Amino acid sequence: MTSVTTTSQGQERHYLNAGYSIRSWLLTTDHKRIAILYLLTITFFFFVGGAMATLFRLELLTPAADLVSADTYNRLFSMHGVIMVWFFLVPAIPATLGNFLVPLMVGASDMAFPRLNLASWYIFLLGGLFTLTMMIVGGVDTGWTFYTPYSTAFSNSAVILAIVGVFIAGFSSIFTGINIIVTVHKLRAPGLTWFRLPLFIWANYATSVIMVLATPILAITLVLVAVERLLGIGIFDPALGGDPLLFQHLFWFYSHPAVYIMILPGMGVVSEMIAAFARRPVFGYKFVALSSVAIAVVGFLVWGHHMFVSGQSIYAGMVFSFLSFLVAIPSAIKVFNWTASLHGGSIALDTPMLYALGFIGLFTMGGLTGLYLASLAVDVHVHDTYFIVAHFHYIMVGGMVMAYIGGLHYWWPKFTGRLYPEWWGRISAILIFFGFNLTFFPQFILGYQGMPRRYHVYAPEFQVLNVMSTAGASILAVGYIFPIFYLLWSLRRGERAGPNPWRATGLEWQTASPPPPHNFERQPVVSGQPYDYDAVATEESLRDE
Amino acid sequence: MNERPAALGHPYDDLEQQRDAATMGMWLFLATEVLFFGALFVGYTVYRIAYPQGFSEASRHLDATLGAVNTGLLLTSSFFMALAVWAAGRRRRRLVLLFLLLTMFLGLGFLGIKGFEWYQEFRQNLVPLPGLTFEAGGDFPQQSELFFNFYFIMTGLHAVHLLIGVLLVGFFAVLVWRRTRIGEAFIMQLELLGLYWHFVDVVWIFLFPLLYLLGGT
Repeated sequence: MTSVTTTSQGQERHYLNAGYSIRSWLLTTDHKRIAILYLLTITFFFFVGGAMATLFRLELLTPAADLVSADTYNRLFSMHGVIMVWFFLVPAIPATLGNFLVPLMVGASDMAFPRLNLASWYIFLLGGLFTLTMMIVGGVDTGWTFYTPYSTAFSNSAVILAIVGVFIAGFSSIFTGINIIVTVHKLRAPGLTWFRLPLFIWANYATSVIMVLATPILAITLVLVAVERLLGIGIFDPALGGDPLLFQHLFWFYSHPAVYIMILPGMGVVSEMIAAFARRPVFGYKFVALSSVAIAVVGFLVWGHHMFVSGQSIYAGMVFSFLSFLVAIPSAIKVFNWTASLHGGSIALDTPMLYALGFIGLFTMGGLTGLYLASLAVDVHVHDTYFIVAHFHYIMVGGMVMAYIGGLHYWWPKFTGRLYPEWWGRISAILIFFGFNLTFFPQFILGYQGMPRRYHVYAPEFQVLNVMSTAGASILAVGYIFPIFYLLWSLRRGERAGPNPWRATGLEWQTASPPPPHNFERQPVVSGQPYDYDAVATEESLRDE
Repeated sequence: MNERPAALGHPYDDLEQQRDAATMGMWLFLATEVLFFGALFVGYTVYRIAYPQGFSEASRHLDATLGAVNTGLLLTSSFFMALAVWAAGRRRRRLVLLFLLLTMFLGLGFLGIKGFEWYQEFRQNLVPLPGLTFEAGGDFPQQSELFFNFYFIMTGLHAVHLLIGVLLVGFFAVLVWRRTRIGEAFIMQLELLGLYWHFVDVVWIFLFPLLYLLGGT
């Protein structure tokens, strides 16, 4: 087998130099290359969605309408939501880091269904094309939630194109989910029992279960909206006795679990980084692992908390409120265990660790304000205000995006074989953290004071906080643009990483960086617990002597 | 190093692992299908409970006899599908071909009868499309329209699934006809197709009573 491990130039053969043609990328079934394709695609959508946010944050600099019209404003925030949710957050970690790392971490040579994996990217791309077409023909103004009867009977925007784009993209997450589940079940290396799996795997596994079970509901619901809008075959149409609330039930039956699609993988990333940079095993490993599953399960039972003021029965509201509080338990288990893992560790504040620590703080803020919203009486007050905007951005951006960028730095050496410049990494992590808080913390106050979301004009007394928010957003934008440059720079100039620059545990670090096309030169065998950093320390001290 | 069997795909070590993985993947796909149809069943049930008279009135317009015949056709087709899988396991190429063709023709028969029913409903002004008049009569015309909206969406989606199944069965029949022997990979794929076919059958088992037998006598 040694003959295939080097190229003709004598370099080590890895997945990046296995072929240079466009064809070798577009027809690849290598999960690592597909991860790169996804990475490029979602980065593009992240900046498209970010551009929309930039525009409406500028509009909100002053109380009056001076940059865009009310109609354009509606379209901007709607498309920001559609793009960020379905074309960035949902695929962000599972389809990029997950795609790259799941087979490596379980010691497999690829995903269970490599061609399905490639198909999922093409389907994602097709959905993305519909979404871009939708933007070009004028956009959508329904909000990302497509509430009926506005979306079916009244909106004059490109609702159908938007729905078709999301519908198609949904299948890509189903395919990714199926692939991850089957890979984890059937392709684990010898000795890699369930409770030896890295927590990143547990988190992505739980996420995949949600993707597989929730996304079809979104698909059929969007079909029903499209049929009602195009053909007048009303399912939610009040004129026929149909119930728009049924739409909301079906929509949130997907979209609440989808919130956990958008945070659980981030928790997995943070678990890995905490262990590696505190040089300690994750405290309460089993609890952290099973809390991912608990969040996935309970997450299916809380959708009604989006409908407290929609005319839902008060008794249903009470049950949903109670169940929503339950989600706090597994979430808190994670936060406490991460904190306990830090205790007594020898902490190194490298860039990934800065993101991980940022995640813990911001996720805690987002999670605790979620409890305010889960309380029936408080929700009536802050519903549809900037309070909720701040709340879910603390989870989605403060949580998921921080974890995603942190993970990208942590595994960048594995992806590319090169180290990113540490100093620049830290600078941008700090910029993002402060920019984020300056953007969104004022929104908690704005919302509590009663500023409603989704309006392009507002009362003058809200201006100071809005100016702070817009100023924060510009810092945040700089923080997001920096990594583009220094990561690209590192591709050629970065220091060579070697197989394991962080001296981390986990199978992905036991192969070359970048990994060979089939991941491992020989089948790895696992004989111990994950995150065995004490053993690493012992080994290192022995070697030093 | 042992020779890898031709049917063994890339990330797998042996055929059994590959078969387990493929089967699990198919079941997961079917789980997504269950939820896809499940949302429709939930919506239907909600309105069925809210508007019992309108729904039973509308249901009486459907031809329960044709529905029952179609149920029989699909159940029989599933039987032949199972026989095709059985015969493939024993490498009986001609039998596999025969059973696949029977499965396909029964599926086509179902689609033909279903199309005829839709045509009848079109003739009776029961199709709620723009440009067509909808006249269900009775005391609850709007609720009847809601029923027919569900009826056409649910039977339509089911028919699309069945059509895909018929095309796949036809494709497999061509494969069997052109090949001289049945390989391991083919048997596995046929089993997966069988799972899909049975799933489409099961959906109809639920659709038939809910839509056709609701009105009573």
